[in-house]
Amino acid sequence: MSNPLLEVTGLKKVYGTAGASFEAIRQVTFSVDEGQLICVVGPSGAGKTTLLKCIAGLLSITEGSVVLAGKSVTKPPPDLAIVFQEYGRSLFNWMTVRGNVELPLKNKGMTRDERKKLIDDALEAVGLSEARGKYPWQLSGGMQQRVAIARAIAYRPKVLLMDEPFAAVDAQTRADLEDLILNIWKKYGMTILFITHDIDESVYLGQRVVVLSNSPTTVQEDLAIDLPDERDQITTRSSARFNELRNHVWKEIQAAKGRGAGAAPAPPLTG
Amino acid sequence: MAKQLANIGFFIGLPAVLLFLWWAATLDGGSFYVPTPSRLGDAFASVWLGDRFVTDLLPSLARLTIGLVLTIVAGILLGFLIGSYSWLRKTLEPLLDFFRAIPPPVLIPVLQLVIGINDQMRIFAIVFGAIWPVLLNTVDGVRSADQVLNETSRTFHLSRWQRIVYFIGPSASPQIMTGVRQSLSIGLILLVISEMFGASDGIGFTVILFQRSFKIPEMWSGILMLGLIGIALSTLTKIVEGRVLRWYHGLKEVQHAS
Repeated sequence: MSNPLLEVTGLKKVYGTAGASFEAIRQVTFSVDEGQLICVVGPSGAGKTTLLKCIAGLLSITEGSVVLAGKSVTKPPPDLAIVFQEYGRSLFNWMTVRGNVELPLKNKGMTRDERKKLIDDALEAVGLSEARGKYPWQLSGGMQQRVAIARAIAYRPKVLLMDEPFAAVDAQTRADLEDLILNIWKKYGMTILFITHDIDESVYLGQRVVVLSNSPTTVQEDLAIDLPDERDQITTRSSARFNELRNHVWKEIQAAKGRGAGAAPAPPLTG
Repeated sequence: MAKQLANIGFFIGLPAVLLFLWWAATLDGGSFYVPTPSRLGDAFASVWLGDRFVTDLLPSLARLTIGLVLTIVAGILLGFLIGSYSWLRKTLEPLLDFFRAIPPPVLIPVLQLVIGINDQMRIFAIVFGAIWPVLLNTVDGVRSADQVLNETSRTFHLSRWQRIVYFIGPSASPQIMTGVRQSLSIGLILLVISEMFGASDGIGFTVILFQRSFKIPEMWSGILMLGLIGIALSTLTKIVEGRVLRWYHGLKEVQHAS
């Protein structure tokens, strides 16, 4: 698969008008091949969410282009799903868990049985089969985020965007959810673009890590993560290579902080 | 079960005490202006369960029902429309503020001239006076729909209809219900006032008639009837709210607990 599924080329985003403008993203270029899990990591205020919204067609782009599956993105494309950080605000609190997962499927021209199959499968994949009749607010934060993930899985998008999805849950839940993402990625062969501010998380999850500079944002480094595909919280995180990679990304982020575009890169990684 | 009994106890407790005090204070037979409870009960039964049930009570209830249904339907529809388009809202806002600020009873003499003294005028008075809370609350509820949910709906390509039914409508429903509650009580006020001027039937008319002919217990019985209608309306609202807003009250409870 050398054909990139998602291509971001020279993306620039300026908010506001000529008088009072703010350049959030200066120049971002990277691509994601089909079936890859790519992490985008950057210091807070690096315009990560802005970047995600531009890719999702929720924000207009000032310059450059976003191409998903050969089509230029100007409005939300059909084969894309997002899992937002604010799970409490991305679920419909007046619908049950099942209703939330079902809603996006309603205009996909499926029969009731086809929908049911997808819903059951997705809820099982995130371990929420028992909670289908509950309302989101009856669940813990981590479980609510699982509902959002199930909704995205059932939708069967070509690409799944995740915007700091685990930033608001506790550490133990976060580790569980990270492994859940890895499982889902393998099970469904989905293409995932995972945005995070957490360096360890980006190295643990990603096949590649795209490091962003501070705002106005550029790509500081596009780093291949050469860890084995089988990862687990204990052995992977305690391996020497994991530490090298995370230290490298950490230095890159330090170099990127406060300097904005054109920061000097950290020394090249050996090995 | 015990909780339900306790609730019923709270509901009738204070009224029962007041009724008892009233009974005790009028043991001497009451005064011209304050009848005994049993005298009022008799008057209530003879006035409202007799001929006036058909000639006055039913017409009033019909006007009130039609007026309130129109108020709520029109208020919610217009509210959705105005809330959905910011240019429309900005255009109409000064006008809406102006109309809302007019004390609605003052419109009744005007409407009598323009529309005439008839049921249409009374229903129009109810709608025009009572629509503002439900309309403005709906506008507000529609506008304050959550940004993240909005982006979620856009990403998942919900149709315009689906957005209204599954997203904007439910998300605005707590505020809409607040508006509806206020509108109901204003509607009742306008019903009575509209029946007090140049009317020939209705609860408002009856109260004025008895007052002018010094039938004091009968006059009080009309006020009692209005109170009972008010309670019926608020009970109905509570039942509807319990169904429509169950998720909202549950959510609030969880948020307060944490």
